[in-house]
Amino acid sequence: MSLITQPKRIPKFYRGNAACPGCPIPRELDILLEELGPKTVLVVPASCSTVILGDTSGMPATVPVVHSAFAASAAIASGIVRALRMRGDNDATVVVWAGDGGTADIGFATLSGAAERNEDILYVCYDNEAYMNTGIQRSSLTPHGAWTTTTPEGKREFKKPMPFIMAEHKIPYVATASIAYPFDYQAKVRKAKQIHGFRYIHLLSPCPPGWRFDSSLTIEVAKLAVETGIWPLFEIENGEFRLTGISKTLLDKKNRKPVIEYLKLQGRFRNLTEEQIKEIQEAVDEMWEEIAARVKK
Amino acid sequence: MVQVLKRKALALVGNHAVAYAVKQAKPQVLAVYPITPQTTMLEKLAEYISSGELKAELIRVESEHSAMAAVYGAALAGARVFTATASQGLLYMTEMIYWAGGQRVPIVAAVATRAIAEPWSIWDDHQDFVSKRDAIWIQMMAENVQEAYDLTIQAFRISEDERVILPVMMGFDGFILTHTMERIEVLEDYEVDSFLPPRKFNLIDFSDPVGIGPIAQPDEYMRIRYEAMKAMERSKSVIEEIMREYEKLSGRKYGLVECYKCEDAKYVFVTMGAWSGDAKVAVDRLRNEGIEAGLLKITVFRPFPKEKVQEHLRSAKGVIVFDRAYSFGSGGILANEVKASLYGLQVPVYSVIAGLGGKDVRPLHFQKVMEDLINGKLEEERWLI
Repeated sequence: MSLITQPKRIPKFYRGNAACPGCPIPRELDILLEELGPKTVLVVPASCSTVILGDTSGMPATVPVVHSAFAASAAIASGIVRALRMRGDNDATVVVWAGDGGTADIGFATLSGAAERNEDILYVCYDNEAYMNTGIQRSSLTPHGAWTTTTPEGKREFKKPMPFIMAEHKIPYVATASIAYPFDYQAKVRKAKQIHGFRYIHLLSPCPPGWRFDSSLTIEVAKLAVETGIWPLFEIENGEFRLTGISKTLLDKKNRKPVIEYLKLQGRFRNLTEEQIKEIQEAVDEMWEEIAARVKK
Repeated sequence: MVQVLKRKALALVGNHAVAYAVKQAKPQVLAVYPITPQTTMLEKLAEYISSGELKAELIRVESEHSAMAAVYGAALAGARVFTATASQGLLYMTEMIYWAGGQRVPIVAAVATRAIAEPWSIWDDHQDFVSKRDAIWIQMMAENVQEAYDLTIQAFRISEDERVILPVMMGFDGFILTHTMERIEVLEDYEVDSFLPPRKFNLIDFSDPVGIGPIAQPDEYMRIRYEAMKAMERSKSVIEEIMREYEKLSGRKYGLVECYKCEDAKYVFVTMGAWSGDAKVAVDRLRNEGIEAGLLKITVFRPFPKEKVQEHLRSAKGVIVFDRAYSFGSGGILANEVKASLYGLQVPVYSVIAGLGGKDVRPLHFQKVMEDLINGKLEEERWLI
């Protein structure tokens, strides 16, 4: 069953698509579709995936795909799922597959509206931390200090805490995930599939050209994001917070690698000063204190 | 022996008449965001759904952009859908209006026409409605509450006709129609059922997955737009056919245009929407004065009934087009359409801009302009300020 243990299985998302070398998106979609099965609809707003999903001559996906205007995906998905349920289809999964701009910036009101209505949608934000498809412009999910083409001196602001913002909508399921931990990601998709109502998975998706690292290092960079504690793996099920995978061991600061190990692999952080690196480390430590408080609750 | 058709008659304001038509059309998914002067229609629809009279999902979206997006999604998945808006709301949903038109999905949208800010105005004009003329939507406009009811039912049928497959927008004047009560005749539910067979259109099929609305390379893009142009042209005869069928059912005649005493008229008004009623009164009064006046009412604005305009206006001595909207830097929008249709026919066309932002227009205004035309005192473009 597992795509990891059976490398000869037929992919659910075909190779030969238009993704850049080292891009995790095709693999992330393959795992998603493996878990959700053929009765899945993908709704995809303007993003890298618009290109990866082909053109009028064909597509690499094995399920129906609905392309969406940038700010519309959660609303289009709401319409699709209501229509499917009206025609008596109660087991199909409607998924929004959106980038960070489509999620946290231009599509935010739409997303918040659909979450507030608790639409029966699985919303996945594949977060490559900038507008990569248009050529690396900053988004509200670009991390502090990162170079982009619109923040040539590094971004001044910090990343919007999207998973927590979504959790505050009191939706039944929120989770973070990483392509470096596919079993953890797979388990979360599996769990999300069983839940009715609005579900949100936030997937950190390292981008070799945008983050300025070699395309062979995608998994290593993704792994370090988790190991340094910058990207904690957790789930919030009906309000109950739970760390997952190796993040369970990271409450103790000793177990977290210093953020510099993650930052130094990426050209986008090349111009950070010692002071800024310290600031980023402090922000991560502070976030873990908040996490510790959530765990205790 | 004369057969007398007994019809159920109701006294309804425009918004409730449209809601009644929507209820009879049995859409499965609706998504509507409140905006004056459409809101009481949304409230009535919510009431129908809550009481179980209409078995449908009402998505209470957070914006008009999402209203159009949601009905687009539901329409792809095979549901009959409906939305409604006005003014700023129509502008806010514009991206999705083009999206739905480009993808050619059957959707019916009612537009309670209203002026556009700035300055703020909640009152009637047609600027919102006509600004959607290039969005690959069929656009029709009602003169009164009866027409708003009738056109709404016909809109569903036109939109879903396999020879057409286009979204349809039904415009009716804000407040003047939306909030005015009229006695209207309604069809029985079974009659609407026979006129509107269950919808077939569906693009979400798990046994045959397709990508809907992906990137089109230039050759494909051009071809798809060409097909849309063809469908729009083809829809003219389909609309007429459906309107004839509706006439058999309802006893009420519809067409792409309505010619009111225009067959032998020397001087003809051209209008769209509610003030066509005022123009008809003006025509009658002018006829009493011995002036051979007439009216050509545009019911279907897109596709523009160019051939009908030529047919009815080719021998007119003067045509006066009344516009409740304006293309700044160009001219009256309907006037421009009429001029383009009459190109080469040597018919003098005058443009009158009136009623913007709800400014009152009465039959007397129509009469005065016509008299000025006959006395050689009418400018090519006149604003009734």
